[in-house]
Amino acid sequence: MAANAPAVTFIALFLPFLAALLAPVLVRTLGAKAAWLLALAPAMAFLQFARFLPEVAAGEVVTGGYVWVPSFNLSFSWFLDGLSLTFALLITGIGALIVVYAGGYLKGHPLQGRFLGFILAFMGAMLGLVISDSFLMLFVFWELTSITSFLMIGFDHEREAARRAALQALVVTGAGGLSLLAGLIFLWNVTGVTQLSLLVHVGDGLRQSPFYFATLLLVLGGAFTKSAQFPFHFWLPNAMEAPTPVSAYLHSATMVKAGVYLLMRLNPVMGDTPAWEILLPFFGGITLISGTILGLRQTDLKLMLAYTTMASLGLLVMLTGFGSTYAVEAAVLYLVAHSLFKGALFMAVGAIDHEAGTRDVTKLGGLRSAMPITFAAALLAALSMGGVPLFFGFLAKEEIYAALAAGNPRAVFFTAIAVVGNALMFALAFAVGLKPFLGRHVETPRHAHEGPVSLWLGPVVLAGLGLLAGIFSGVAHFYISSPMASAVVDEKVVIDISTVPHIGMPLLLSLVTILLGLAIFWRMDKARAWVVQFVDALGIGPDRGFDYFVRGLVRMSAAITRFVQPGRLELYLTATFILLALALLLPLILAGEWPTLPPLPDLLLVQEAAFLIIAAIGIIAVLRAKNRLTAIVSLGVQGFAVAVIFLLFGAPDLSFTQFMVETLSVVILALVMTRLQLWSRDHRPLPQKLLDSTIAIACGLGFTLLLLKSLQTPFDTVLSDFFNTYSKTIAHGANVVNVIIVDFRGVDTLGEISVVMITGLAVLALIRVRSRRGAKEGKL
Amino acid sequence: MNSLILRTVAPVLTALMLLFSIFVLLRGHNEPGGGFIGGLIAASALGVYGIAFGVTAVRRAIRFHPMAIAGAGLMLAALSGLISIFFRVPFMTGLWVYPQILGVEVPLATVMSFDIGVYLVVVGAIASIALALEQEPGPTIGPEEKH
Repeated sequence: MAANAPAVTFIALFLPFLAALLAPVLVRTLGAKAAWLLALAPAMAFLQFARFLPEVAAGEVVTGGYVWVPSFNLSFSWFLDGLSLTFALLITGIGALIVVYAGGYLKGHPLQGRFLGFILAFMGAMLGLVISDSFLMLFVFWELTSITSFLMIGFDHEREAARRAALQALVVTGAGGLSLLAGLIFLWNVTGVTQLSLLVHVGDGLRQSPFYFATLLLVLGGAFTKSAQFPFHFWLPNAMEAPTPVSAYLHSATMVKAGVYLLMRLNPVMGDTPAWEILLPFFGGITLISGTILGLRQTDLKLMLAYTTMASLGLLVMLTGFGSTYAVEAAVLYLVAHSLFKGALFMAVGAIDHEAGTRDVTKLGGLRSAMPITFAAALLAALSMGGVPLFFGFLAKEEIYAALAAGNPRAVFFTAIAVVGNALMFALAFAVGLKPFLGRHVETPRHAHEGPVSLWLGPVVLAGLGLLAGIFSGVAHFYISSPMASAVVDEKVVIDISTVPHIGMPLLLSLVTILLGLAIFWRMDKARAWVVQFVDALGIGPDRGFDYFVRGLVRMSAAITRFVQPGRLELYLTATFILLALALLLPLILAGEWPTLPPLPDLLLVQEAAFLIIAAIGIIAVLRAKNRLTAIVSLGVQGFAVAVIFLLFGAPDLSFTQFMVETLSVVILALVMTRLQLWSRDHRPLPQKLLDSTIAIACGLGFTLLLLKSLQTPFDTVLSDFFNTYSKTIAHGANVVNVIIVDFRGVDTLGEISVVMITGLAVLALIRVRSRRGAKEGKL
Repeated sequence: MNSLILRTVAPVLTALMLLFSIFVLLRGHNEPGGGFIGGLIAASALGVYGIAFGVTAVRRAIRFHPMAIAGAGLMLAALSGLISIFFRVPFMTGLWVYPQILGVEVPLATVMSFDIGVYLVVVGAIASIALALEQEPGPTIGPEEKH
C-alpha cells in the first residue's frame, strides 16, 4: 500500500483510539504484559509517519482527508509539513515508550487497563491536534487533550489533591480552549479561511485587519494556558499529582507543547508584528525565570522537573516570538531536545520513586550502584538538558545564544534572561540527574534496585537519542530540524549547527551558563533556602488565587440561585403571570395597535346567551366560593360552558377536547388539593387580594385584546387551504384536525406526546419524593 | 367513595367509556375524534373506576404500570414514523395498506398506529398522575407497591 494513501494515515491516526478501547480488556486477560502489545499501536503509527520523512525533508507537504459536512465546507483533513511531522513522530515515538513504561510502573494496579486506555486516548487526541488542517478538527482535538489530561491527573481520584489538580487543569485549559475557539472564529471571519494550510497566504490581510490584536489575544489565551505560561502556569506543577508516566508524557513531552505548536503554526501568519514580538518574549521570559526560580525551591524531584518544564516552555515561547529565523531555529532545536531529555528524566525519576519509595532529593543518595542503568540514562539526559557539548541540548543552546546575542539593548536583555534561566536549569538538571545517584548511600523507604526492562527502556532510548542526534546532527537537521524550522518561518531554512565548537559569542555564553550553573549546583541548599524565603515573602500566588476564585464562584452562584429560586410557589406563579401580562400588553401599548371593538351581534341566540351566562356564573362562583373545592368545581362549570360555546360555533373537536380536559383538570386539581393537605379555605389578606386580582385582570384583558386583534388582522389562508385541499386526497382523512395532528404535523405531535410522557414521569417523581419525606417525618 | 350507586354503575360506565374511547380513536381520521381525545376519555374512565373502587383496584385492572403503557405508546408512535425508512421515504410519511378482512376492505395505515400511540401516551401519563395523586399518602407509590 502506498505510504501516502489517505486511508493508511487515517488508520495511523485512529490506531491509538482503537488501542485505548482494547486496553482494559487486554490488561484484564494478559495483565501488565498487555502494555507491550498496546505499545505496538503507537509504534506502528510512528513507522507510518516516519515514511513521510524523505518527502517532507524535500520540502513537500503531505495532505489528505475526507469530506465531512460538505454543506458547511467542512472536511476531516490533515496536512503534514516539517512542524506537524516532527510533532507526530515525537508523540507516537515517545508514546510507545511511555505505554511500555506505564506497563511496568503501574504493574498490578487494579485500574491499569483504564490508565493505559486514557494514555492511548490522549495520544490519539494529541496526534489529531498536530496533524489536523481544519480549525474545527484542531479545536476538537485540543479540547480532547484537555479532557484526557483531566482524567489522568485525577486518576488517583480518591485523593483530594489529585481531584483538585485535575479540576484546576481542566478549568484553566478549558477556559483557554474557549478563548482559542473565539480566536479561531475571528481568524475565520477575518480571513475567510478555515484551514491552517491556507492561512499562510492571507497573513498580510490578517496583520492589517483591525481585529488583529483581539485575535492575537484570544489565540494567546489558548496557547498560554495550555503551555503553562505565566500567569497561567500554576496548574502544571499541580498536575504532577498524576502518575509519573502521565507527567513524563503529557506534562513535559507533548500536551503542554500544544500551545507552542499553535504559536509556531501561526508564526508565519500572525508573527512579525510589534504585538507578537513584545507579548511572546515578555511572557515567555517571565515564565522562564519564574519557572527556574520556583523549581529551585522544590525538593521533590518531580516538582523540580515540572518547574523546569514550565521554564522551558517559557523559553520556547520567548524564542518563537523573538522574531528572527535564528530564534525559530533555536526554538525548534530546543523543542526536540527538550522532549527527549525531559521525557527521559521524568521516567528516570519515576523509576527511582518506584524502586526507592521516595522522590525527595534530600532523602536520596548513592543509588548509582543499585540502579546503574537508570543512572546512566538520567545522567545522559541531564547532560543534554545542561547543554554540554556532544549532546543535542548543546546544539539547541548554541543556537539560542546565536539567535539572541546581538548589540541592541533588547537582545542583550533577553540574552541575560536566557543565560540566567539556562544556568538555573543546568543546576536543576544535575540536581535531578546526579544528586540521587552520587554520594553516600542513604536508606530509602524501599530497598532500591534496578527496575524491570519496561522501566528503563524509555529513559535509555530517549537519552541515547539525545546523544545520537547531537553527534549525527547532520542527519537530524536534514530530516527533522530543518523541515520543521522551514515550516515555522514559511521559507526554506537549512540548519547546519554541529557539535564541533565554534569559537565565538555563543560558545562564550555557553561557558558562562555552565559555570554559573555549576556554581548554583554547588550551593544548591543555600540557594534553595534563599528562594524559599523570597517566595514566602511574595504572599499568595495564582494557585491560591484559583481556590479563592472557585470558592467565590460557587458562593455567587448559590446566592443567585437562592435569589432566583426562593422555593415558594406563590412567588413563581406571581412572577410568571406578571410576565405573561406584560408580554401580552406591552407590545400592544408600545406599538399602539389596539384592536377596534367588534360590533355587538344584533341577535344573540337564546342558547348562546344562556351558556354565556352560565360561564359568568361559574366565574362569580369561583370568586365567592367559601372553600377551595367549590372554587375548583365552579371553574369546571365555566369551562364546560365555554366548551358548549365552541360546539355551537362549529368546532366539535375543540369542544370535545375541552370537555375532557375540563373534567380531568377538575378531578386532578381536587386530588392535588387533598394530597397537599391545603387549608380548605383560601384566605388572603386584602393587599394580596388586590395584587392577585390586578394580575388576573391584566392577563385576561391581555388575552382578550390579543385575540381580538389577531381576528382583525387579515388571515392568510394558504395553510388552511392546503390542508383542506389535500387532507382527503393525500392523507386519506376527512377530519382535517386529526390529519394535521397525525400526518401533516406528525413530528410535532411526536414531540408533544414525548412532553406529556416526561411530564407524567416528573409528576410521579415529585409525588414520590414528597411521600418519602412524609413517611420519614411520620416515623420520627 | 362509599356509594352503592356509584359502585354498581362504575364497572358498566368504565367499560362503556373505554369502548367509546376506542370508537372515538378509530373514527378520528374522518370524524371528530382521535387519539388525544380518546386517551382523555379512557383516562377519565379509569378515574371513575378509581373513585368507586380505589387505586389498587385500578392498578390491578390495568395490569401494567400506567407509565409503562405511556412508554409503549411513545415507542409505537416513534416506530410508526420509522417504518418509512424501509420504503425510502422521509420520516413520518403516512403509509397505507388495504387488506381484505372477511371480504371487507379495511384501510390500515401508519398514521393509525401513530394515533394509537398518542392514545396510549395520553391514557398512561394522565392515569399515572391521577392514580399517584389519588393514592392515600403512603411510603411508596408505583411498581414498588406490592402487597
